[in-house]
Amino acid sequence: MIVAEKKPLEAVARMLENYDRVLAVGCGTCVTVCFSGSGKEVAALAASLRMKRRIEGTPLAVGEGMVQRQCEWEYLDPLADQVKNYDAVLSLGCGVGVQTLAKRFPGTRVLPALNTLFMGLPTEQGVWEERCQGCGNCVLDKTGGICPVSRCAKQLFNGPCGGSQNGVCEVDATVPCAWHMIWERAEALGMTEALMEIEPAKDWSTSRDGGLRRMVREDLRAPREETKEG
Amino acid sequence: MTNPDTVIASPAATAGGFHPEVVAFCCRHCAYAAADLAGGKRQPYPSAIKIVELPCTGRIDIVNILHAFEDGADGVLIAGCLPGSCHYIRGNLYARQRLDYIHGALKEIGLEPARARMINISAAMGVQFAELASEHVETVRALGPSPLRGQAQEEGNPA
Repeated sequence: MIVAEKKPLEAVARMLENYDRVLAVGCGTCVTVCFSGSGKEVAALAASLRMKRRIEGTPLAVGEGMVQRQCEWEYLDPLADQVKNYDAVLSLGCGVGVQTLAKRFPGTRVLPALNTLFMGLPTEQGVWEERCQGCGNCVLDKTGGICPVSRCAKQLFNGPCGGSQNGVCEVDATVPCAWHMIWERAEALGMTEALMEIEPAKDWSTSRDGGLRRMVREDLRAPREETKEG
Repeated sequence: MTNPDTVIASPAATAGGFHPEVVAFCCRHCAYAAADLAGGKRQPYPSAIKIVELPCTGRIDIVNILHAFEDGADGVLIAGCLPGSCHYIRGNLYARQRLDYIHGALKEIGLEPARARMINISAAMGVQFAELASEHVETVRALGPSPLRGQAQEEGNPA
């Protein structure tokens, strides 16, 4: 899932200081599962903002809205009537949700209530950890299902560095060494031989450096009249 | 003659004295029964305490507490079982963690965190319920009326 966390109330309030009516919109997918943008978080943020502004003597009307998925057009359509009644929309979605809302409602200011952090999973109740950086060239087949891109501070591909101490990374005592785990897993699977092969430099051209990335499935695209034949 | 320095300059206080309103979220297995016992024993506690019965303090959501303050409560009391005595094992411990979160949220909003407090008692502790509830009402009284008191609600959903 995409993991996000709420911005400090002060930061959100600052974005809204010139508005009198805002619609807070939650998202029922990733950010609901990580307890940052569900209906409850929308209610809590809306109540907090209303109280803060009332105390400051500049009341703010905060409506509450919810969609199943902010990152898909179809789910945003039911918001259209609600959005008309507000000066701005406050998205409790990830950065994708904010941008989809902004594109869908071009005449309305859309503001982020969350900081989008990473793609990850809950490792225990109340704790989420990063697992994927979307490098565009997955190597998990070679590393026993443990990602050296997202879990090794140096993104190494040929074993641990000298900062690996008793299975712990030198950057933070709470961070396990990814390569220590990869080796232990390979031992358990009887696959240590494969790790002896030198992995050449990774092709990072599929990663973030080239700007906007796009995936195209021609077979799924709507047929375009001008390209139709016969 | 009243010393002018002792007059609290708040609208509620100057309009005939400040009578705090404290919403008490009480677990039915302990604090709710303790409040009942206090009544049975003729042990008074302030009328400021407005009890909401819960199946367990673990039922409390952060939104419930925020809405209590938004609706004008001057204080909130969460009354749950003694540590280790929760009928649902850890409900009272979850409530304690949520209260810590609420204290941070109240600070961000501009309200004093001390307006929200949790107490842990058993069903047999009627006298202690009355004492602790009175203590919290006095804390809230000292803090003065909530700045959100008596203001028109602004829910935001247009008619």
